[in-house]
Amino acid sequence: MQTTLGPVLYFWPRQDVFDFYEKIARSDIDRVCLGEVTCSKRRDLNYGDWLAIARLLTDAGKKVILSTLTLLESESELSQVRKICDNHEFMVEANDMSAVKFLSSNGFEFCTGPSLNIYNAYTLKQLYKLGLKRWVLPLELSEQKLGSILEQAEELSLNDKIETEVFSYGYMPLAYSARCFTARVNDKGKDECDFICRKVPQGVPLATQEGEQLFTLNGIQTMSGHCMNILDRWQAMEKLGVHSMRLSAHSHDVLDIADGLTRSIRNGKAFVSELSAEQCNGYWEGGSGKDQIYRRP
Amino acid sequence: MELVCPAGNYPSLKAAVDNGADAVYIGFRDNTNARHFAGLNFTDQRALKALDYARNNNVRLFVAINTYAQADQWSRWQYAVDACADLQASALIAADMGVMAYACEKYPELPLHLSVQGSATNAAALALYHQQFNICRAVLPRVLSLKQVQALVKKSPVELEVFAFGSLCIMAEGRCLLSSYVTGESPNTAGACSPASAVRWEKTANGGMNTRLNGVLIDRFSANEQAGYPTLCKGRFKAQNMAHGNVHNKATHALEEPTSLNTLNLIPQLSDMGISAVKIEGRQRSPAYVAAVTRVWREALDAYKANKSDFQPEERWMAELSKLSEGSQTTLGAYSRPWQ
Repeated sequence: MQTTLGPVLYFWPRQDVFDFYEKIARSDIDRVCLGEVTCSKRRDLNYGDWLAIARLLTDAGKKVILSTLTLLESESELSQVRKICDNHEFMVEANDMSAVKFLSSNGFEFCTGPSLNIYNAYTLKQLYKLGLKRWVLPLELSEQKLGSILEQAEELSLNDKIETEVFSYGYMPLAYSARCFTARVNDKGKDECDFICRKVPQGVPLATQEGEQLFTLNGIQTMSGHCMNILDRWQAMEKLGVHSMRLSAHSHDVLDIADGLTRSIRNGKAFVSELSAEQCNGYWEGGSGKDQIYRRP
Repeated sequence: MELVCPAGNYPSLKAAVDNGADAVYIGFRDNTNARHFAGLNFTDQRALKALDYARNNNVRLFVAINTYAQADQWSRWQYAVDACADLQASALIAADMGVMAYACEKYPELPLHLSVQGSATNAAALALYHQQFNICRAVLPRVLSLKQVQALVKKSPVELEVFAFGSLCIMAEGRCLLSSYVTGESPNTAGACSPASAVRWEKTANGGMNTRLNGVLIDRFSANEQAGYPTLCKGRFKAQNMAHGNVHNKATHALEEPTSLNTLNLIPQLSDMGISAVKIEGRQRSPAYVAAVTRVWREALDAYKANKSDFQPEERWMAELSKLSEGSQTTLGAYSRPWQ
């Protein structure tokens, strides 16, 4: 079992991003996905900056993947994605079919992120023919659903050809829109957003009128109100055939969590991580994504 | 432009055909289509009858098999595609790559449309679907501005269909899990958003109404407000820890207000830029709704065709459509992007 750090989904100040990845370089995380995937207006780091971080992490022994924008609306965004897909140095994670198109046309192998809709092995087969090496299970699928997909993959003789990753920790990106909700709740238009999302590095929590935590606003993205945490399932995942667990950072706490998990994996021991009030176990146990279900590892 | 109208049942199909639809889209009675509601949609037999009625009136029939095939129920999607091919429907509307591959290999003659649930918003994504599955049309997600649609028509390898009227998704379709986050069911997996089985309407002591989805309070309405269906993106919530550190004490429509999309006055621009078809949303709506919306749009499209240089939406059309809109409000949605 490997650990993957997903791309930072929030808009963090430039220096904070560099500081964060310097710490990641010294962490036990195996793989790191890099790049802006949420909003194309966030350009504090340019392509060259991301490459510099990618090389720093590679030198520290990490496997680095460049991750692409999720929702594309304009031709300039398409060019941004194309530039990343044309790079010869790092593997790319496609978060939209446009990236799959560019990468497959280049003859490059690629990974897919959680926003690519892969709900069955027949879809995996199509993407495998185009160069897919590793995929991330869509967030809304459970352990049981993953089991069915992998069973179907075996029937299609795909199991030893493709690696599977499961989003296992962090706030889940649930929806993407043309409009910016962080700007909206701060009474700003998207074009005059003043990059207000930089002032809320963990997004804007949204609660019901009864005070129940529901969603988190992160620019054009609506995320889960609770941080999902299924790290204690790592042994069950390994048994099922999962190759990597994805951690998504909302703060530097991800470093401690990653190092703890890696230690457990290396020692072949259960990882005890009890859910706090702000956490849920996502869709892994089935049912709704916001549930808190306790089950012994 | 082709007028594509919804039909959740046979009376709605007749209503659409009788009032001037060029094409009608339907779904089968299970989670293979994105409007999987109790009592709605077509059995094989009903679909055959629908096809006859449409064909006798020179109207095309599309079948939407546009959810994502669940691995443990794969045969259900296969069966639906087989049934669609047996019907000799005018087109299959699909979103799942596995389903499209199956349709394209087994029934190469069956025209394939990429559903809005396929989330293709750019030329490269459209090119991929065209190259892999030979799609001949794509329905665009409701996230693009008019200018962006125009730029895309020029680059697109396939015909483009856009949403013209109806309930408004503000999230990119096929990429919204809000519903399953709260209820366990989403458009992708179950063909339902904010499913009716999870909805509770609670009368309050002051004569108002609370609406809940799987127990979660979506909105509170006072006695003099019209209570709306508890769709997650249209609820009133409180934003906390905002940029200036405050908490919004007042609950607001943080994501979207209850409103419907209406693009009637964009007919000239959409037509000029080369859009092939306009789609009316609403397979979950009544036959009377389908009849009224179809009639207005038919009249408007015909009026435009008769006098292209001097098209003005008539007031009575707009009044009729407003009456049929959520919260009696309409918007141009992303096409105008007032929030930009």
